[in-house]
Formats: sequence, structure tokens, C-alpha cells
Amino acid sequence: MIPTQFEYIAAKNLDDALSLLAQHKDHAKLLAGGHSLLPAMKLRLMQPQVLIDIGKLKDLSYIREEGGQLRIGAMTTHYQIESSDLLHRLCPLLPETASHLGDVQVRNKGTIGGSLAHSDPAADWPAAILALDAELVVKGPKGERTIKAGQFFVDMLTTALDSQEILREIRITPPKGHVGQSYMKVRHPASGFAVVGIAVSLTLDSAGKCQSAGVGITGASAKAYRASGVESALKGSALDDKSLSAAAAHAFDGITANADLYASAEYRKQLTEVYTRRALAAAASRVK
Amino acid sequence: MAENYVGKRIKRTEDPRLIQGLAHYVDDIKLPDTLHAVFLRSIHAHARIKKIDTAAAAKAPGVVAVYTGKDVQKIGPVPCGAAVPDMKSPEHRVLATNKVYFVGHPVAVVVATNRYAAKDAADLIEVDYEELPAVVNEEKAAQGGPVIHEQFGSNIAYKLTAGEGDIEAALKSADKIVKQKIINQRLAPIAMEPRGVLARYYPGEQELTLWTSTQIPHLARTQIAIMLGFPENKIRLIAPEVGGGFGSKLNVYAEEALVGWISMQTAKPVKWIETRRENLQATIHGRAQTGYIEIGCKKDGTITGFRYNVFADMGSYFQLLTPAIPTLTGLMLSGCYKIPAIQMNVTAVFTNKMSTDAYRGAGRPEATFVIERAMDLVAAELGMDVVEVRRKNFPRSDEFPFKTATGLFYDSGDYELALKKALEMANYAKLREGQRKARSEGRLVGIGVSTYVEICAIGPSAATPAGGWESATVRVEPTAKITILTGASPHGQGQETSFAQLAADHLGVGINDVTVIHGDTAVVQYGIGTFGSRGTAVGGTAVYLALEKVKDKATKLAAHLLGADAAKVSFKDGKFSGDGKQITIQEVALAAHLARNMPPDMEPGLSAIHFFEPKNFTFPFGTHIVALEIDRETGEIKFDRYVAVDDCGKVINPLLVDGQVQGGIAQSIGQALYEEVVYDDQGQLITGTLMDYAVPKAAHIPWLELDRTETPTPVNPLGAKGVGEAGTIGATPALAAAVIDALAPLGVRHVDMPLKPETLWRIINQHKKAGAA
Repeated sequence: MIPTQFEYIAAKNLDDALSLLAQHKDHAKLLAGGHSLLPAMKLRLMQPQVLIDIGKLKDLSYIREEGGQLRIGAMTTHYQIESSDLLHRLCPLLPETASHLGDVQVRNKGTIGGSLAHSDPAADWPAAILALDAELVVKGPKGERTIKAGQFFVDMLTTALDSQEILREIRITPPKGHVGQSYMKVRHPASGFAVVGIAVSLTLDSAGKCQSAGVGITGASAKAYRASGVESALKGSALDDKSLSAAAAHAFDGITANADLYASAEYRKQLTEVYTRRALAAAASRVK
Repeated sequence: MAENYVGKRIKRTEDPRLIQGLAHYVDDIKLPDTLHAVFLRSIHAHARIKKIDTAAAAKAPGVVAVYTGKDVQKIGPVPCGAAVPDMKSPEHRVLATNKVYFVGHPVAVVVATNRYAAKDAADLIEVDYEELPAVVNEEKAAQGGPVIHEQFGSNIAYKLTAGEGDIEAALKSADKIVKQKIINQRLAPIAMEPRGVLARYYPGEQELTLWTSTQIPHLARTQIAIMLGFPENKIRLIAPEVGGGFGSKLNVYAEEALVGWISMQTAKPVKWIETRRENLQATIHGRAQTGYIEIGCKKDGTITGFRYNVFADMGSYFQLLTPAIPTLTGLMLSGCYKIPAIQMNVTAVFTNKMSTDAYRGAGRPEATFVIERAMDLVAAELGMDVVEVRRKNFPRSDEFPFKTATGLFYDSGDYELALKKALEMANYAKLREGQRKARSEGRLVGIGVSTYVEICAIGPSAATPAGGWESATVRVEPTAKITILTGASPHGQGQETSFAQLAADHLGVGINDVTVIHGDTAVVQYGIGTFGSRGTAVGGTAVYLALEKVKDKATKLAAHLLGADAAKVSFKDGKFSGDGKQITIQEVALAAHLARNMPPDMEPGLSAIHFFEPKNFTFPFGTHIVALEIDRETGEIKFDRYVAVDDCGKVINPLLVDGQVQGGIAQSIGQALYEEVVYDDQGQLITGTLMDYAVPKAAHIPWLELDRTETPTPVNPLGAKGVGEAGTIGATPALAAAVIDALAPLGVRHVDMPLKPETLWRIINQHKKAGAA
């Protein structure tokens, strides 16, 4: 629990952080809430020489509605999301996901951007971000670009972020109309991370049929993924028990499962399918 | 004696400082110029050390010294205080010398001006290992294969047969014999505060002060004095605030002596604080028994005999009590039943893992688990209710002291009373009715019952390795404030509160007028420590008897001051009355210290010391009932009810007793459902962090419905039996039984712990597949 020596620099603002990153290159790591990076440093699994602290940047911490979109600053804490009235009203999946994350201390310090950029295969946020088809705004030396959630998660602890880029904002177009959302998670009894976590956002047409569905799954595989098989099976369905079960059976299509001491690949597949069905049912029951 | 405090739910006086973060654990004690020690530990389970190169480490910034095994040959071996006939006892040096025996085995220690520099330097040490095949499975290791301690020729540490009665005849006379392999898996105690040592040597005074997180300050001082070859009376050992032990600090560790020795070499204070990773690797583990039971019964459920053949995993070395733990299992195999013949055959085995030793319950949870599982298996075999088969074999309350075929005399008990109360609380008949209905709907609902007895208040000196007594001094100060010095060493149990309750009632003062001091060998008379549920039953009795002595003297002095006959002086609410006159305890205390007007044969002062030697152990008991449901699709468990009725004799503070029971049940839930120390085939520790080793959290604990019966022990005047380990002993079998009962419709009779969802799902799934086929 004793890290190697490192230099700590508190960035003054986003551009300052970018220039520090350009200066220190691969020797540096960005510090947000510190809930993934610091434990790894304490075990000496990560040994960065420079920490660039962006966690305290106020200009990266906000939740607002703009141009029909929800915009969440990357350094917004899990707790801010969990307790946001705006989000509870427009996109309750986000506060619900936040409420499953870590514990009170973690939620008070950890940030959504830090979690997404770390891309832990068992983190909660990727599932919700995928289900909501979010856009991730990143800034680098060449300016800004937008990455779709579906392209963001590349592999275990690897994202589409360039090493000189910083995740700045998460943009979500909240679904409108008859919407029901849900996040369900099997918590690892030791770590509290997701053995599997399933985020669902359903939109129904006026006839009560499923118009569109977003399903994001975390924990099951090396990276979080969109269960497109489930989504397409749901489209046009009546969301009755039979159609939910049939759709959930696609939750693992084309996926290679994680395996660990707690859950084998075979068991993870089972949990994923069962909890996908349950999360779909919960979301369907909440449609307003 | 007025009972203003005893028996009441008094809040712990310890808690405000703990809750506010104001307590002083070892790491909170800061001394100027302190050096910091970091250990380099083996990354292999079993290897020969060919070469250690410390040159780079020694030159690293901030490094003061680097020591390896050959540098510390003058320090004596790590002690084992327990002896079993014909046991093989490997010499246990403080640092590995020729071979390493487990992942985490200390190989070198770096001392530097700060902890970070020490750790950086430790990473620079190069150890050339010749890897050897790891011995991991205790059952296989007993049969042959690579040998850990080559001088012994095998991995068998000892073999022992215990028990009384003709087991062969008893099993032959049975109508049915039930057999089962049962594993009590290896567990890590996980005290909230890891171990830690701060040592300060004053070369001028030639005094060594050691602050160490221990349950046994005096015993540790004696042993460390022997290891260092340094006079015991020149060592002051202080157990400051200790953040839990659960048996893991009922020990003397290499690091404790070594850090003291380094302080003597450098003439500077030296600190070592264990990391959680080290805590999982190199602090003792518990349980680790692989057993085979055979139980014989008559058709009516009467037990005729019980045999337990067990492979006990010792780990690679003996720590303080390692070889004794299975013998405690042997003592408690009769459970709370009349069993005419009992036999335990232990094969104790060395493996390339951390040593096992006392973990909360220490051998008794293993015994209770196997006898309770055995009773359930008998019930299943005979088609009897699990409650009826237990009742059938209970001794009656008028049969105490009750002699078991394991050689014990149970002091007192009323097993039926606790059982009846628990059944009523749980509404057992209704639970079973609900289960029948649920089963008819295809749901997996289970009910588990455990009726347990444990052995506490350890114990008579003749039956313990290092003295089974306890000591107390009671001092009435001139202002009538009371100071208690207890040889017990509470580390979370709350005896600063409960001993103050005893004193306040005894001497008619307020609870805040009493201070309880413990854990400092320079202040407190020699004592034994806190373990084996002995703090109150033995340590509290010593306090009680010292209070009696003080009150006796105060009464005589009061009579003298009142001019009354001592036999006619009464004492109530802090006032002595005689001859129509009154004098307060405060006035008597002052008079005793001014000593101007004392009876001619009376010494000045008002204090007393007492060393209490118990004549027997105590045997608390109770019933735990669990109702739960297993999710057919995922194997996950949902609790419905948890009911426990515990009888720990007379209760001094019900709040503390509830806390002990709750904590114990939580650790039982850990063993039953979540926890297991896992080493792979190469002896690598897989559960090396708390991200992998699942200690239960608050959310994993169901609502606990607790109550008590109160059967006093005749063994001590308090009537208190002890309750520190009841939860970990009584709860585990009930939890496992409930899960197994839920699976009974699938033909399941036993499943080994931890009962993880995947394990249960596989059983359900296999049954489903078999049904479909």
C-alpha cells in the first residue's frame, strides 16, 4: 500500500491539463477522483511519475440541459449525478446507476469521467452510457472531437482516447415519450464491482409496442458492450414475459465471458441472461 | 450490592474516541526520528534461496540498514506454546534462511528514514530462488510427494487419536451409520486494524519499549524477551488501542521481535505497519480442516457413536498455538448431545501456506459444524425432523455437570429451554408449513437449525499452555476515583465499560468515576490476555474478587471511623452505615490515604490485587434458526429470518452481548457464504486483497432477531460464561443447514462452504438437466 515516488501537479484548467499532458506524455496519468488509479498505485501495479490532477476543475463539473441534450462534465461526481433532480426527471437511469456504484465515500469522490476513461471491465457507468447511446466529447492538442459510446470502449482498461486527449463531457439525448429505464447489478461480494450489470432504456410507441431499446452490459466481458441482439429482438414487441425472455436470450450473442474466482464464464453467461430479462422487465414496468 | 449498572444496556465508554477517530492505535503513535521497516517477502510458495543481493538496496536513498536471515541468527525462533505428543516442530527463524515456505514468508527487512524509501529499496533486493514443487493440498501432502521440512521425512506434523468409549462397538450397535466428507475451509481473520509494531530502545537506560497490536501483552513480552535474549523486566510492552484480533493477535510474530531488535541495533525508534496484502499473506489463518465423519444412530434417532477423521492443515510452520487447534475440535465433538463413544483421529499436515492458528472459535466452530451437520444427516437418513433428532439426544438440565466422551464436564445447561424459546420466536411449525407450500410451487426454501454448546472462559491453568488465570488490581484513589488494572487485554470487547459497571455497583460510585487500564506491562501486573471468551468470565471475576477485597477493607476502616462493629456496618449507595451514623466511600478513601486514624493492624491505602484461577471451563449454548430462499435461476440467497437464542450465563451488559453475537454471526455468514483463502496449485495466494477475499458487509447481514436464556455458571461468582465466540460457533451450521435444506428436494444432503451462488446454481442446474434427460 506504498506507492512509488511521483510528482503531483494540480492543473489550473482543462487547457493547462492538456499542455501538462503534452509535456509529460506517457510518464503522466490524469488524476480524477482517484478511486481506480490510487489503489493500483498503492499496490505498485501502476507507477506513473507525474499525476496531473483534474479532479478539482470546476469547469468540468456540471449537469445541464442544452440544445435538447443533457451535458455532464467529466469531473462530475457519482453523488452529484445520483442526487440530480434534472437527471431524475429526464434520465433516471443515470442516477439509478450512480446509486449502485461503490459506497457513499466512493460516490462522493469518484467521477463519471474518471470511471469511463479508466474503462474497468466491471465498472457500472459504461453500461448506462451504452444503453443511452451517449456521445463523449474529448479534447486534445488538435482540438475537440466526439466519440460515440459504442466506439469508446476498446478493451479491458483501453478506450478510444488518444494518450494526449482528455474526456471533457458526456452528452446524452434523453429519450422522449413513453420511457422506462432500469439498471440491475450483481455486486461482487468483495469488491462491490459488477459481476454483471445491465442498463436498459426502453421507449414505447403509442400502441404500447417497443419503439426503441438501448441495452448496455458491463462486467460480463473484457469490455462493456451494447447488446444489439437484445435491442433488435425487442423492437416492435409487446414487452410481455415471453418477448422479454426471448430477447434476453440474445444478451450474450458473440461475447467471450470473463471468468474469475467468483463467477466462471458459464455462470456469468447465465447471470447476464437472467438479469437482462429482469432489467428489461423492471424497465418495462416503469414505462410512463 | 446495588445493581445500578450491572445488567443494564450501558453504552460503551470506549466508543466516543473510536467513532471520532481520536483513539491511538500503533500507527497513531509518532516518535521523533522514527525509522521505518519494510519486509521483502517470498513470491514463491516453496523455494531454495540460492543468493540474496542487497547491495543496491543498501545504497538506496534514505536506507539505514538491510538485514537478511544470516544477519539475525542471534534472534531466537518464533515460539510455539502448544505441545502435542510426538509432534514434529520445525525451527521457525524470524527471517527465512535457506528456504522459503510460503508466499509472504519474510526474506529480508529494509530500514529507512521513511516507509516509501524502505519500500523502494526492498524492490531493489535481488533474490535468486530455486523453485521447488509446492505442497498445497493437505490430504495429498499426508500421503507423500515433496516434503517441506526435509529433516522430518514427511509432511505429517503429528497424528493424534482422542476420545473415550468403544467406538467400534458403538458404531456396530447402530441401526444406521451415516458418513460424509466435510470441509471447514481456510479463513483469514481480517482484523480491521492490521498488525503493527513500534519499538524504541534507550541505550542509556537499556530499556526497550514495544507498542504492538496484540491480544496478549504480557505473554508476548515474555516470549520476545526470550527471543531477544534480553531481560523481560527491561522490556515494556504496550498494546495500545487494538483494532480487533479475532485470535490473529493471540500470537507472537517474527516481526514483533525483529522490529525490537532493529531498534536495539540502530538506537532509533523503528516502526512497521502491516499492509493489508501482508495481512492476508502472513498473519495467521484459521480453520482449514478436511474431515470425514461417521455417525451411528438407532432407528429412534439415538446417537450411538461419532467418529471424526481429519486432515488438519498446519501451514508451513507452527505459530503460537497452531498444533493445539485440532485438539480443541476434539474436545467439542460431543456437541450438546449424549454420545457414548467419540473418536477423533487427527493427521496434522505441513503445507506451503501461512500457518493456521486460533481464529474466533479456534477449533470449536469446526467441531460444532461437523456434529451439527452429522445430526442433520441422521435426521435426513431417518426421515426425522432436525429438531426432534436433537431433542432426542440432549442431556436434561438436571444431568449437569454433564460428562462427555471427550473428557469434559459441562458446567450447567438447559438446552431444551433455549431451543424452545428459539422455536417459539421463529414460529418453527409455521415456517415448516410455509416451506411445504413453497416447495409445492417449486421454490427452494430452506430452514436450518443449530443447537450448539461451546467451551469458554479458558481456562484452568492445567489445561492451557501458559496459565489460564487472570489478574486484577483495584485501586481506590484518595478522591475515591477507582482505577482498575486488568491483566485481560480487551481489543474491541468493551470491558472498559463492563468492568467499570462491576466496580461502580460494587463500590457505590458512578460509572464515570472508574477507569480501566489494560495492555501496558509497565503499569499492569502480569496477566494472560483476551481470547477464548475469557475476558469477562475469568478477567471479570478477578476484578470482582479484588473489588470484594477492597470493599472488605473499606468496611473495616469505616467501622473503625464510625466506632461501630464491622459486622454490623452496612454499605449502600456509596455510604457505610453503623451505629446510626454514616460515612461515605469518599471519606473512607481519603482516610485510608491520610492514614492518621487507622486500626492498628491495617496497612494504609485502599487497593487490592487478585489472581483468579478458574476450576473449570464454562459451556455457553444456544439455538440458531435460519430461514432463506435460493433463487433457482442464479443460486443467490435471500434471507427470510434469522433467530438466535444464546445463553452465556449471567449478563453484565446486554448491549455488549448483543454486539458480540451480531459480530459473530456476521463472521459466520462470512464462512458459510463468502469467505475462503484460496491458494492455487503452485501455492500462489489468489485471494490476496480485499477485492478478492469477500468479508461480509453490512448489506450481507439479515435482520437478526436475538434473545437469551440465562443459566448461570457455578464456575465463577459472576455466573458469567462468556460470549465472544458464540456467534461464529452457533451460526455457521444453521446457515449451511438452511441452504442445504433448501436443496433437499433435489436430493442434496451436504454441500461444502462457502456456499457461493455459482456452486448452488450448478447443483440446481445439474438436477434440472438430469430431470430433463
